[in-house]
Amino acid sequence: MKHTISVLVENEFGVLARISGLFSGRGFNIESLSVAPTHDPDISRMTIVTRGDDRILEQVTKQLNKLISTIKVVDFTDEEFVERELALIKVTAEAESRAEALRIVDIFRAKVVDVTPKTYTIEITGAPRKIDGILELLRPMGIKEVVRSGPVAIGRGAKRDWTA
Amino acid sequence: MVLTGSQILIEALKLEGVDTVFGYPGGAVINIYDDLFEATAINHILTRHEQAAVHAADGYARCTGKVGVAIATSGPGATNTVTGIATAFMDSIPMVIITGQVPTPLIGNDAFQEADMCGITRPCTKHNFLVKDIKDLARTIKEAFYIARTGRPGPVLVDLPKDVQIAKLEFKYPDEVNLRGYKPTYSGNTRQIEKAAKMILEAQKPVLYVGGGVNLSAASEELLKLADLTQIPVTTTLMAMAAFPQRHPLALGMLGMHGTFYANMSVTECDLLIAVGARFDDRVTGRIDSFAEKAKVIHVDIDPTSIRKNVEVDLPIVGDIRDVLVKLTDSLTRQQEQVETLVEATEAWRDTIAEWKERHPMAYRHTKSTIKPQYVIEKLRELTNDDAIITTEVGQHQMWTAQFFEFTQPRTFLTSGGLGTMGFGLPSALGAQAAFPERQVIDISGDGSFQMNSQELATLVQYQLPVKIVILNNNYLGMVRQWQQMFFDKRYSQTVLELPIDFIKLAEAYGATGLQTSKVEEVEEIIRKGLETPGPVLMNFNVSREENVLPMVPAGRAIHEMVLAS
Repeated sequence: MKHTISVLVENEFGVLARISGLFSGRGFNIESLSVAPTHDPDISRMTIVTRGDDRILEQVTKQLNKLISTIKVVDFTDEEFVERELALIKVTAEAESRAEALRIVDIFRAKVVDVTPKTYTIEITGAPRKIDGILELLRPMGIKEVVRSGPVAIGRGAKRDWTA
Repeated sequence: MVLTGSQILIEALKLEGVDTVFGYPGGAVINIYDDLFEATAINHILTRHEQAAVHAADGYARCTGKVGVAIATSGPGATNTVTGIATAFMDSIPMVIITGQVPTPLIGNDAFQEADMCGITRPCTKHNFLVKDIKDLARTIKEAFYIARTGRPGPVLVDLPKDVQIAKLEFKYPDEVNLRGYKPTYSGNTRQIEKAAKMILEAQKPVLYVGGGVNLSAASEELLKLADLTQIPVTTTLMAMAAFPQRHPLALGMLGMHGTFYANMSVTECDLLIAVGARFDDRVTGRIDSFAEKAKVIHVDIDPTSIRKNVEVDLPIVGDIRDVLVKLTDSLTRQQEQVETLVEATEAWRDTIAEWKERHPMAYRHTKSTIKPQYVIEKLRELTNDDAIITTEVGQHQMWTAQFFEFTQPRTFLTSGGLGTMGFGLPSALGAQAAFPERQVIDISGDGSFQMNSQELATLVQYQLPVKIVILNNNYLGMVRQWQQMFFDKRYSQTVLELPIDFIKLAEAYGATGLQTSKVEEVEEIIRKGLETPGPVLMNFNVSREENVLPMVPAGRAIHEMVLAS
């Protein structure tokens, strides 16, 4: 089963290597990972998407918590949360497909951020499934490149996922 | 007071109560060594290899319970420490390893003797630090010691660039540590402990399965109290052989791959397994789905990741072993009547175990023609003091020591359990002897393992550390040969050592005493003489060459499916 985990870590040298090394060293699956500082510049927040049964996820969570640099681990799977991913898609757009591409962009409330006579570069944010959706529709036109950020996530409601 | 980085390091070590360090100098730590030259409060022992320095610090830590400290230079000096660090990591030994590093402006430039030690040791340390600014140095040393000794202990590496050692700053050692991501749980949950007491009182066939955690939290006495009160039999892992007196009527000896018949049968048949500071290692469990399959499992451990890592657990208790054992014993003491009922109800269980023990005791066939390695260990046990510290290398001799030495006092058996590091025994004995100059310290070794760190004879002689070395010499890499005999049609691929080493000459070359025999009737005399001779002594016993370690659970089998001694 897919899990979205938020990991708050000390924003210091080598932390990303500790986290990614933990996953590779213990054979845990890592589907995507995104990381950047929070509003507190001493703390970074990672969003990790991983797969595994309950026992594996229990180990993943415990092992992450065991790292000295880890402040808090939140597994969103059993909670209400908002998840968003950014993608940049460079798609072939010539003659007959140019209008169709723009229609798709419009339907998905995406944006064209770069144009050439032969291509559009499209920016889209949304739940990962939405990005999968636009990619499927754009594929027949010829996708030249895709960059996805991996999802970031935050809990719904007024409470904070953590307090320092 | 304004101090240099290397002076700050030494002052910090003193404030941490460090009186002995093991190490090896080099270009990137030359400033530290210059300051050590005058630091009389710290005794530095120069080993002949950085791996040995780390094992020595490890041996020191295992027998004292204090944090062991080792120093090595950058690059090759630092990479030589890695096996030692991984050994300590696998057995949760508190250590701080200081490595020199090239100056910060050169880091990443492939400078002379540069190695990315934080990168290399990340998976085999509890934590590691690269100190890039002298402002962080004092706090880092404080945190390193704190992390090493608290929670589930482990090795911590501090990588110290040369320019940071030279820089100057007003020295102020922090009073306390504040790590928001690190708050180990010591106190066991009372409700969980009450549940454990209830499960124990309802058991018919309980067994205590005890691991190295009992050493680490110095809980041997509390364990003994619990066992005596409840009359629950105790099986110990390799790491815990000395944590419970092996001559106690409730002692079942070791379990697992080379465990006793009765320990393995008890675990297989029990209805309640109380795991205390043990981690269900594959060498203990054999085929995992048959391990204690009739039992409910209580698992006490300070490290939450140990729980449910390998087996399902009915009742987890996270906390310090001693804290949990004290609370558990208190709870049971308050239920005296039920405990009496338990002791009565489990009498049949103890009788069954006694029958198993009678049917297949730990034994070997003594001969008059060749020395049996087990015989040497038995004689050694007879002739040494109860507080003698025994270290081992890794292989057959290690298993025979665990099986036949019958340890009686905590922290007297130092062995590499998790990583299984050949070459651990001699340097760790060196470290133990440095900690306890007056006690007997003996490295029980094989002829293969001994040659992995035999250069440390020089260190023993230089510091007149009177370690006694017992080599059970079969001219084989015996444990691998045993596997080849049993599972590979006796194809002894690269396990025959061929060249008979003259160990007496080797000992004498370093200025140590060498003794040896191939005769059964001389074993006792050689041991007596070896123990009485001052200074380091090497005793070489040419033993029965193809003796096997039995019982043995073949890899992938359940632990009750043992190959037994005939």
